[in-house]
Amino acid sequence: MIGLPGSLSSIRGRETLARAQALKRTWPVVMDLCIAAIGLACFYGVVRIAHYWMGHAEPEIVISLSPRALPLYAFYSVVRIGLAYVVSLLFAVGYGYVAAHSRRLEPLMVAGLDICQSIPVLSFLPGVMLAMVALFPTRQVGVEMGAILLIFTGEVWNMAFSFYSSIKSIPRELNEAATICHFSRWQRLWQLELPYGAIGLVWNSMVSVAGGWFFLMACEMFVLGSRDFRLPGLGSYLQTAASNNDTRAMVWGLAVMIGIIVAIDQLIWRPAIAWSNKFKFEQVEGGTHSRSPLLHLLTHSGALQSLRRHTLAPMSEKIYCSLAERRTRRIARTQGATGSAATGWLRWVVIAIFIGGVIYLASEALALLREVSKPQFWAVMRGAGATFLRVNVSLAIAACWTIPVGVAIGFNPRLARIAQPLAQIAASVPATALFPVILLALIRMGGGMGIASILLMLIGTQWYILFNVIAGAMAIPSDLREVAQLFHFTVVQRWRTVILPGIFPFLITGMVTASGGAWNASIIAEYFHLNNRTMQTVGLGAQISSATDDGQFQLLLLSTVVMALMVVTINRMVWRPLFRLSETRFKLEG
Amino acid sequence: MKSMQTPIIRAERVEKYYAQPSENRIQVIAPMDLEIVEGQIVALLGPSGSGKSTLLRMLTGLSVPSAGQVYWHEKPVATADVNVSIVFQSFALFPWLTVLENVEAPLKARGMEEAERRRRILKILDTVGLDGFQTAYPKELSGGMRQRVGFARALVVEPEVLFMDEPFSALDVLTAENLRSELLELWQKKTIPTKAIFLVTHNIEEAVLLADRIIVLGRNPGRIRTDFCVNLVHPRSRKEDAFSQLVDYIYKVLTEPEAQPPELPQTIHGDARPPRKYQMLPHARPGGVAGLLELVRDHGGRYDMYRLADDLLFEIDHLLPIVDAAQLLGFLNVSEGTAVITPSGTDYANAEISGRRDLFREAATNRVLLLDQIVRAIKAKSDHTVSEDLFHDMLDEQFTEEETVLQLETAVSWGRHAQLFDFDASRRCFIQPEKWRPQETSSAESVA
Repeated sequence: MIGLPGSLSSIRGRETLARAQALKRTWPVVMDLCIAAIGLACFYGVVRIAHYWMGHAEPEIVISLSPRALPLYAFYSVVRIGLAYVVSLLFAVGYGYVAAHSRRLEPLMVAGLDICQSIPVLSFLPGVMLAMVALFPTRQVGVEMGAILLIFTGEVWNMAFSFYSSIKSIPRELNEAATICHFSRWQRLWQLELPYGAIGLVWNSMVSVAGGWFFLMACEMFVLGSRDFRLPGLGSYLQTAASNNDTRAMVWGLAVMIGIIVAIDQLIWRPAIAWSNKFKFEQVEGGTHSRSPLLHLLTHSGALQSLRRHTLAPMSEKIYCSLAERRTRRIARTQGATGSAATGWLRWVVIAIFIGGVIYLASEALALLREVSKPQFWAVMRGAGATFLRVNVSLAIAACWTIPVGVAIGFNPRLARIAQPLAQIAASVPATALFPVILLALIRMGGGMGIASILLMLIGTQWYILFNVIAGAMAIPSDLREVAQLFHFTVVQRWRTVILPGIFPFLITGMVTASGGAWNASIIAEYFHLNNRTMQTVGLGAQISSATDDGQFQLLLLSTVVMALMVVTINRMVWRPLFRLSETRFKLEG
Repeated sequence: MKSMQTPIIRAERVEKYYAQPSENRIQVIAPMDLEIVEGQIVALLGPSGSGKSTLLRMLTGLSVPSAGQVYWHEKPVATADVNVSIVFQSFALFPWLTVLENVEAPLKARGMEEAERRRRILKILDTVGLDGFQTAYPKELSGGMRQRVGFARALVVEPEVLFMDEPFSALDVLTAENLRSELLELWQKKTIPTKAIFLVTHNIEEAVLLADRIIVLGRNPGRIRTDFCVNLVHPRSRKEDAFSQLVDYIYKVLTEPEAQPPELPQTIHGDARPPRKYQMLPHARPGGVAGLLELVRDHGGRYDMYRLADDLLFEIDHLLPIVDAAQLLGFLNVSEGTAVITPSGTDYANAEISGRRDLFREAATNRVLLLDQIVRAIKAKSDHTVSEDLFHDMLDEQFTEEETVLQLETAVSWGRHAQLFDFDASRRCFIQPEKWRPQETSSAESVA
């Protein structure tokens, strides 16, 4: 989970509050009108999407580069990312819940998360796409579902992990209070687990959706063996513009993308963060509070309130009643007989079938691997080494500039006020969208794909480190800094005894995330279509991408396995011990 | 307390251990038996690591013992519909729910309908003094108020047994003292239908202040070292000798973990009704007590002592006996120099003359040993006459000759006021008050 620091909008908060006070009397009607307008817009959107999806599969979509096509493309892309996000959220909550509550499945599911997180999006591509197209051969919805599932695979894992670890870290006494109050699982989920995990889920949602934008280009336009998949959308627009070397279209596309990202930030994430403040598990009221006018609108709309009163409230009332009845029945029953043997048998049969299936599929996959030739194998290994170097170089560069800058921002509230919103906007622009521009410039300057790919990894992942360092620097207690000042510490002393140990846990968190992100980014960074030309360099990411393009599944499988192995190994061998060290030695007790 | 009643919770040979990969296991709690019966406040004391909290969790069914069984009304706890609540050290409130929603949560879980929920919640919030805080969030409240929410949430389901896991240790001293006495009052006046209270604490004084029974645990592994009843009358004062003796005793048990627990001090020994000590009767007239209580009542129920003395132009030395008397009778609580009127004190101040006399009589027999003894002695004798000398000799052991005379004088004045007995000055003996002996003509003469 990434501990992005809360934005410093407390100054703005007061202003909004004052405005809200002044407008209080006239607002409700306006708010209801706003809600009604939003409702109508949603309805039209649904109709439009349904019409397009249910239409026949269009064999070859030509991506228009006219700016006039942009609104529709942008709309399609937003819907894709939004749907993928909703599915991710539901899946993440379900997965995290089961993993946290089932003692038997827990180790398996956590390891699964670890591995899935390390598998790049493109490796899911063939399986997902072929399955979806086979499911809906004649409708556009098949390809669309495939694209959405692809985005989903890039978004879901960190959210699932966040929710899992939230449930796991619920203080013992809160859990006991819920038990002693006879909470049903349903009530426990809604009144304890979801609220407790809300903040983590919101921050991880932001990271996930940013990741969705990052891989949008890869998900909307790709070649799979002999088939060329193109979906109308912002990503495919940008990619087409890049390969046609159409600068004007690229600028248009980028502008629209940044506009959408900023709008989503303002309209969804700011209110979500302001709302999630409510779930902060703190004993005292914190100083800073982000506020959001939109949240105010939603919570104060009379229409929404009465809707809730008349639908949700009676519904939940009924659920609680029936759950309580079930509980008393269960107690009455347990005093009689114990569970029947039949369900036990059934469970074993299901488990056996499941294990059998897994063994069969795994052996099939291994058989596929046997087809890999020796030179191919060595190429993959060489690529792994090259990508490993690249990831670490980009991490080192990122650390080099983000640590001093982050500490400076964290120590200086005035600087933070200016720099942080800027950094957040910069971070929200997906590096992939900028990539064609950078690549073209680099090639003109004589740099190669190798440098470009490091640069892309850097742009994509440095923000994780920066934000965490800022948060870490802010978390260093001021009395520690005062001690350093009082004893006239030299600069070196100050860094060695106060600053570096202070930010260490945060730095590690940022580096773990950045490292994972850099590995994933390699599939785009090392292999790129530009001007109908394929630019590529030696690397594992390039192997995966080209294998997808050529439909060489055995190679794709091998490189994916190698990448997952490397990421998981590095996590286990390097990051986890460091993380433990930061938890024990460098933890600043509040 | 009734004997031979079935316990609400009974633990039979419960123990807790954690299996280690290497054969030896870590024993947290050695097998022990324990019962919680109706009408008791049980305090569980012990050094850290003696498994106090673990034991509490096993008794509530939150944690399953490694061996042995816990019974709830003689049914295994796992299958019974256990009606207990826990008040936690950390409050364990849900910070995203308002006070009202926090208290509502356990009722919702029981499927209670909304109107009934509201009624119960408002009643309990009123009881614990949280009226008007319904819509506040826990983080907006002070520690003491938050623990009140904790109590409200625990009590709203009307638990049969209220468990408390160091409920006051996260609070500052004064707040803790305040909450303790309020809880004790709810318990003693039966405002809450709770039948037993089980308190885990590391604070010896807290245990002695509240508990009817104290269990001291030892560690490595956790085991019961001593288990005894406390028969001191409420409200208990830290200044009483019996109180400090008991605290010293427990302290000794705790600091000598290896030694066999020493004998209980005689004064508080549970079963063989101990010879109790006479309280020092303050030399105040009942009328003075009534006047003081009216003053405090009219001052909003609390009065700073020095302000009171100032306002009345009294010497504090003259005021103190009256205050002590009111305190002894349970009409007034004094802490940190502030006098606070108790509910029974308010009743007294508000009552008519005959009502006052009845209240005074009740308080005097319940709380003043000497008066109680005199009444009992008069009743026991066939001629309902007891010589003053009897009590003179007993008081002599504790007080100086001079003080003994003063004590008896005060006792006579209080006993007459309460119509507990009368005093025949010519024969120097206590006799029944007039209304109890209708056939006799009054021969009582008053002493000045």
